[in-house]
Amino acid sequence: MLSYIARRLLIAVPTLILVSIFVFVLQKLLPGDPALVLAGEERDPEMLEFIREKYRLNDPIIYQYVYWVKAMLQGDLGVSLRTGQPVTQLIADKLPVTIQLAFMAMIIAFVVGIPAGILSAVRKGTAVDYVANFVALSGLSIPNFWLGIMLIMLVSVHLGWLPASGYESPFVDPVRSFETMIMPAFVLGTALAATLMRHTRSAMLGVMKADYVRTARAKGLLEHVVVLKHAFRNALLPIVTLSALLFGELLAGAVLTEQIFTIPGFGKLIVDAVFTRDYAVVQGIVLCTAAGFILMNLIADILYFLLNPRMRSSL
Amino acid sequence: MSAATTAAEPAEDIIQHESRAWKKLKTNKSALFGFVIVIFFIVIAIAAPILPIPDPAATDWGAVRKPPSAAHWLGTDEIGRDILSRMIWGAQASLLAGVVSVFIAVLIGVPFGLLSGYFGGWTDQAISRVTDALLATPFLILAIALAAFLGPSLTNAMLAIGLSAMPIFVRLTRGQVLAVKTEDYVEGARAVGLTHVAIMARYILPNVFAPVLVQATLTVATAIIAEASLSFLGLGQQPPAPSWGSMLNVAKNFMEQAPWMAWWPGAAIFLVVLGFNLLGDGLRDALDPHES
Repeated sequence: MLSYIARRLLIAVPTLILVSIFVFVLQKLLPGDPALVLAGEERDPEMLEFIREKYRLNDPIIYQYVYWVKAMLQGDLGVSLRTGQPVTQLIADKLPVTIQLAFMAMIIAFVVGIPAGILSAVRKGTAVDYVANFVALSGLSIPNFWLGIMLIMLVSVHLGWLPASGYESPFVDPVRSFETMIMPAFVLGTALAATLMRHTRSAMLGVMKADYVRTARAKGLLEHVVVLKHAFRNALLPIVTLSALLFGELLAGAVLTEQIFTIPGFGKLIVDAVFTRDYAVVQGIVLCTAAGFILMNLIADILYFLLNPRMRSSL
Repeated sequence: MSAATTAAEPAEDIIQHESRAWKKLKTNKSALFGFVIVIFFIVIAIAAPILPIPDPAATDWGAVRKPPSAAHWLGTDEIGRDILSRMIWGAQASLLAGVVSVFIAVLIGVPFGLLSGYFGGWTDQAISRVTDALLATPFLILAIALAAFLGPSLTNAMLAIGLSAMPIFVRLTRGQVLAVKTEDYVEGARAVGLTHVAIMARYILPNVFAPVLVQATLTVATAIIAEASLSFLGLGQQPPAPSWGSMLNVAKNFMEQAPWMAWWPGAAIFLVVLGFNLLGDGLRDALDPHES
């Protein structure tokens, strides 16, 4: 077990190093004098010299990278050129908002996607299956920013049921927080529900043919017991792995969703940073998402290992 | 001599398999539906210059934010431009972005996947780690970052989307190569002394073709959404050039006064993406040798 985790961790290290190189190189893609770009509107020669000194722009590129990584490892992702706040601080402030949104979206996706997938697999080839498949494919094809706009028009503008934008912390006003988040969470959850449904369906179809399912049926067990206890538990493995991989999709979706519903999260932070040319913030966010994604993959691998008795006994 | 004849078989197999696949695809109603949608959008995108529609950039201050009418079938936008015309020209940007970025992804991804799978060892390790690192950055985040540092434009958006879609093709190709590398006909080709390049081109690449085609079709769908997302955020096609994503970006400011501005571009993205997804799913079923 421990050696398995250690091996996984070891593979994650070169991946992280490569990601950090990508992110570092991004900065070098900027045309012109990096000090001028980093300084933004500032043209004061002393300020420029200070920036060159601070980011070691006069040093060879390999040194710049090493200093940059060294600072990062100490939790220093640089300073926002717009607000002067540390990037780490900015991200830490916005992250809980996005986590709340992502968490609610995940719940919606699981509650809708998994039962729909099971049902569609059990009723393969029937009208239920076709409808579920078509709805799922539509869910994958609908751009979530459009779905968001349409929902705002219907629910907020026409019916006046929910606010179109805004954010409230659940610790301050839970009801208000739920009201402002439920529509964005639904929008973000749709595509995930569709992906989950399709994967649950194919995983279920795979295990429903297995011998142990036939045996369970032959024992005269009730069909729902066979489906849920015998088939679904085995189909769960690929679904767990997928859920971790959906993390990336979730973050990307959050960028758009937060933009439409003006939610002050992680996604809005990166978009705002792009428009204000706050490069340190953009780099910080890319690095954090990549690290988060690698971590999620690691967790998925470990969960897969724990849930799969065959793998456990093989070691 | 005998090695050459055995080596010729898989090629014929593939041709036969392909015509079987075509027959199967023709009987798949949803795939055909997808195909029709895709062709429809391709035709109007190509025909845009010769269609009897107003100039997509022509403003008309006498017809600002007018609902659909006989004069403007889909209505007009915030500065009186004809939405139908902008939709048709916008199809060009969307399809171009979808196809070009997938082309970039395939062109880089497939050769690296081939090398990685065929040679194994350090080549494989190096390519796989770089692929992992690229995969670790979510599609849209990477595209946003690239657009931010390269500057926002349709070309850069396509480049960014292509780069972020590339790892899928590396992995897919690599897996496919590993599966066929030990087949008898590949061993045979090696035994008669063919060069690595010849073996890869003649005996391995044809096996990669079908899954790459399926994945490419599905990735065009993802790429179109990605381009629309970037344009929606203001990081793709730049105004005043029409694109569905940027039309939605403007439309969200007029949800109450001019809801039709948001209806059409979104519906078009949905339809064309649905088309590619249906076609891709159909191709997968048709080309899968395991499915009867």
